Amino acid sequence: MLAYLIRRLLAAAVMLVVIIVVVFSIFFLIPKWAGVDIATSFVGKQADPASVEGVREKLGLADPIYAQVWEFFKGIFVGRTYSGGGDVTQCAAPCFGYSFRSEQAVWPVLTDRFPVTLGLALGAAVLWLVFGVAAGVLSALKRGSIWDRGAMVVALSGVSLPIYFTGMLSVAVLDIGLGWVDAQYVPLDESFTGWFGGMLLPWVTLAFLYAAMYARITRATMMEILGEDYIRTARAKGLREPVVIRKHAMRSTMTPLLTMLGMDLGALIGGAILTETTFSLPGLGQKVLDAIKNQDLPFILGVTLITSLAVLVANLVVDILYAVIDPRVRLA
Amino acid sequence: MQGRSLGRIAWERLKRDKLALTGGVVVLVLVLVAIFAPFIADLAGQDPDAYHENLIDPLFGTPTGSLGGISGDHLLGVEPVNGRDLFARVVYGARISLLVGFLSAMVAVVLGTVLGILAGFFGGWVDAVVSRVMDGLLAFPQLLFIIALVSVMPNHMLGLTGTGVRVFVMILVIGFFGWPYIGRVVRGQTLSMREREYVEAARSLGAGRFYILFKELLPNLVAPIIVYTTMMIPTNILTEAALSFLGVGVKPPTSSWGQMLSTAIDYYESDPMFMVVPGVAIFITVLAFNLFGDGVRDALDPKGSR
Repeated sequence: MLAYLIRRLLAAAVMLVVIIVVVFSIFFLIPKWAGVDIATSFVGKQADPASVEGVREKLGLADPIYAQVWEFFKGIFVGRTYSGGGDVTQCAAPCFGYSFRSEQAVWPVLTDRFPVTLGLALGAAVLWLVFGVAAGVLSALKRGSIWDRGAMVVALSGVSLPIYFTGMLSVAVLDIGLGWVDAQYVPLDESFTGWFGGMLLPWVTLAFLYAAMYARITRATMMEILGEDYIRTARAKGLREPVVIRKHAMRSTMTPLLTMLGMDLGALIGGAILTETTFSLPGLGQKVLDAIKNQDLPFILGVTLITSLAVLVANLVVDILYAVIDPRVRLA
Repeated sequence: MQGRSLGRIAWERLKRDKLALTGGVVVLVLVLVAIFAPFIADLAGQDPDAYHENLIDPLFGTPTGSLGGISGDHLLGVEPVNGRDLFARVVYGARISLLVGFLSAMVAVVLGTVLGILAGFFGGWVDAVVSRVMDGLLAFPQLLFIIALVSVMPNHMLGLTGTGVRVFVMILVIGFFGWPYIGRVVRGQTLSMREREYVEAARSLGAGRFYILFKELLPNLVAPIIVYTTMMIPTNILTEAALSFLGVGVKPPTSSWGQMLSTAIDYYESDPMFMVVPGVAIFITVLAFNLFGDGVRDALDPKGSR
């Protein structure tokens, strides 16, 4: 188990370095090839030459790319001092960059917005796991029944509907039309009921899409597993059907679901961009979109990195859970 | 008794699957609509870029007629503020959706097949490198990276400008993030077929590596590749729509369904039809592809007992 853990941790560390390098290449090398001056886009549209030069010096843009990556990497742990153009800008650790355009450090803004996104992702995950997996299991057990067909039609529609469209529809009908819910974001520390009410539609909309995907995967996996020899053995030795399902079939059905959950949750925690945009939730996803529209590179870079980190951590957790569920993994 | 080829068996199974056939027919119609968009818009007597401000309520900026201004002239109503014909815009929007959906899937198929087959066949360090890259790409938060990449791409390249660049970049980037899905399957299949008797036989007859790769292995990979391609196209269509919805995809005045929805978000209280029209267009398209894809998968899957 320990050896397995160490291997996974090492792999995650390597992946982190790769991600930082890739992200940097996207944001610094591509514009370079395309002949765009990055310093200008760090300052703003009406930048005077002096401040552009200042930023160029502060970021060390004239240095080779690996030196820039190293400075950034170091900043995460010990903080960073940008000096150039006659003035000094401080960025405390963990420094995930500094936006010279909006004159604020990236990290505090991200931590500010993180709870919104986390609440959205976790709440929706609970809903989609409960409903998606239940629907998938029931469909697989009652294959070909009215229930199975109905559930799969709903699931197929679910994966075919863009989330922003279902989101807008639900607001138009349930909020504006019927007045059943108030789709207005209220911070959690202001009012719990207000927060809960405001998150209801985003949760349900997001969960609908994922529940549909999970139901389809659960059904397919479950049906495949029910055809395995060891299930026949379990039945042959006289176990009652519910025990066969719960103790034998469910356990193997869980492993692919866990992999999916890790990736999906990781990606969502890094910003459910579409959902947040549709419901105007002030989370990470909305921030990255704003940043893209304003060409505020440090924020795009910061959120991209944080999201990748979230995915990485989620995958690591999944790998560890895997070893707990499936003994073959930790022995391999 | 005459033997039946796999394609033949699959076709016969597919013919019995009513839902899949319906999906296939809808896909075909959509492809025709996309190809003949200018003729169809002409038939309806509409131009996607023509303003009809006389149909707009000057006070609220919404269409004057009922249901978003649906009439004999404007089959699906008109857009708020400028009164552009929605039918013509939806028809033209099909072009962008299908073009990006198909071509990005092609990019993914070519990359995934070539790299997957090489990794599976040669093994060793080739396999190690390709597999790690695939794992890495699959673990990346894709939508975010696609958005980031599309947004840093320049506005002029390779002699293209504006919409051309946007479409080109979207095809490349969406395709690039899609190839590991195909690559993984192709690699696994190649790995399991590499040591089969027929490959052994070809080798013993003196066949070269590339002959075995492309004449012996590739034909056996066609079925899984087709299945994964048909399932990838609807996902890519949704990604294109999402990018245009977020404002990093196709730029106005070119019409795309996602971008229509992003304009519609400001009017969903006053003019809900404006959001329903492109939304339903995306839904029908993606659903049709999914139905057809599920049918193709069931038809080509030898394990399926239906």
